[in-house]
Amino acid sequence: MSANENTAQAPELGTARVKRGMAEMLKGGVIMDVVTPDQAKIAEDAGAVAVMALERVPADIRKDGGVARMSDPDMIDGIIEAVSIPVMAKARIGHFVEAQVLQALGVDYIDESEVLTPADETHHIDKWAFTVPFVCGATNLGEALRRIAEGAAMIRSKGEAGTGNVVEATRHMRQLRGDIKKLTTLDESELFLAAKNHQAPYELVKEIATTGKLPVVLFTAGGIATPADAAMMMQLGAEGVFVGSGIFKSGDPEKRAKAIVEATTHFDDADLIAKVSRNLGEAIVGINIATLPDEQRYASRGW
Amino acid sequence: MAEKTIGVLALQGDFREHAASLKAIGQEPVFVRRPHELDKVDALIVPGGESTAMWKLATTAEMFEPVRKRIADGMPVFGTCAGMIMLADRIVDAAAGQQTFGGLPITVRRNAFGRQTESFEEPISFDGVGELTGVFIRAPWVESVEEGVEVLARVTSGPATGRIVAVRQGNLLATSFHPELTADHRVHAFFVDVVRAA
Repeated sequence: MSANENTAQAPELGTARVKRGMAEMLKGGVIMDVVTPDQAKIAEDAGAVAVMALERVPADIRKDGGVARMSDPDMIDGIIEAVSIPVMAKARIGHFVEAQVLQALGVDYIDESEVLTPADETHHIDKWAFTVPFVCGATNLGEALRRIAEGAAMIRSKGEAGTGNVVEATRHMRQLRGDIKKLTTLDESELFLAAKNHQAPYELVKEIATTGKLPVVLFTAGGIATPADAAMMMQLGAEGVFVGSGIFKSGDPEKRAKAIVEATTHFDDADLIAKVSRNLGEAIVGINIATLPDEQRYASRGW
Repeated sequence: MAEKTIGVLALQGDFREHAASLKAIGQEPVFVRRPHELDKVDALIVPGGESTAMWKLATTAEMFEPVRKRIADGMPVFGTCAGMIMLADRIVDAAAGQQTFGGLPITVRRNAFGRQTESFEEPISFDGVGELTGVFIRAPWVESVEEGVEVLARVTSGPATGRIVAVRQGNLLATSFHPELTADHRVHAFFVDVVRAA
């Protein structure tokens, strides 16, 4: 190709490349939920690549019930001021005004998140309309591609947030990986039906059939509680890890945060994972997903 | 003479994109996470990522002293964005206690262009390479350079006009932007030339 084919003509903000590129910079790293500036500093000190600023971690959202919304701008500002690493924040599914507010606050990434109570039961946010990039949850390839078509610049598994139970994240990572693998085995004439079955745009389906990977970075989220959980997700093909309640709902957050960071980088080094897993204190107690009533399953929010 | 081996520091960040750029120009890169892996390479790329995370991970992986020693011994190193920060002798707006490998006598300002909503692409004129697209993501800039550091590119428009975004001294090369996120591999080829000449 000509070297100048992609040359930009003027300074351009919010291009797909800088949005998706931001997620590339987070790869191999851990993004931690924090509810105070002090927690944000602990996360930064532990080597987190970014923090997710929110008022309540998912485990508390479950406990408290009620409607979960975007966090107080004052609280987000406090966290932005406390750390030099990127700050993400959550908007409700479909709540484009919460997203506008978060963009105005200067957050670095918006998570259109099923952990908050959905604000629209038919439409997700039109993410192309924003300069700030978005990450969205997915349980399978079709869902991931619908989010990418709407402008998501990063995808994460949904898992089942706030449970300390990795089983749903495992299911979603395996599903995504399996769906992608299967596409690469189809011939061109079979891709039209595949697109219909995945309820996803044909062009994206075709791209993945060729490249064998999502066009955006894929992280895992939802129930990660231990260094071994994080490493398992990485071995299943995640490019990085979100840890929500798993750190600050545990007995020794500083030590556990560092251990999960180490295990995410050296995910194929069992000796190291053994070493960092020693004496971490109490893990988040956790919830057996089978006992969770349907209306408390966050992964089924969004479509 | 056998082809030299270029390593990519693979603790965190977009190391796979650097590896892909090298492969596209016929190099076979290896990932470096441990001191014994560093011993096997002739040159190193420090990728984009989060410089604070890279600092912590390099400390626990016991990579700091080995990398510093190799830099002092003249190993060619190319750093992009966080990699530029890691190569700078001094940083402004660092996290508390933040350390770098150092080697380049420059002062780098972290997140100098602002937050992610200010991240941008812009045409850059790169000395010895030509016109290319600079992809800047929460990028640093070079606040000042000491004598002997070659300035290879500057920002040409907007409020940051004139800011230094690419430098070289001897075998050390650093850019604020991410050539590895584009299909244009001339900056990597430029570095390969530095490695071959070293």
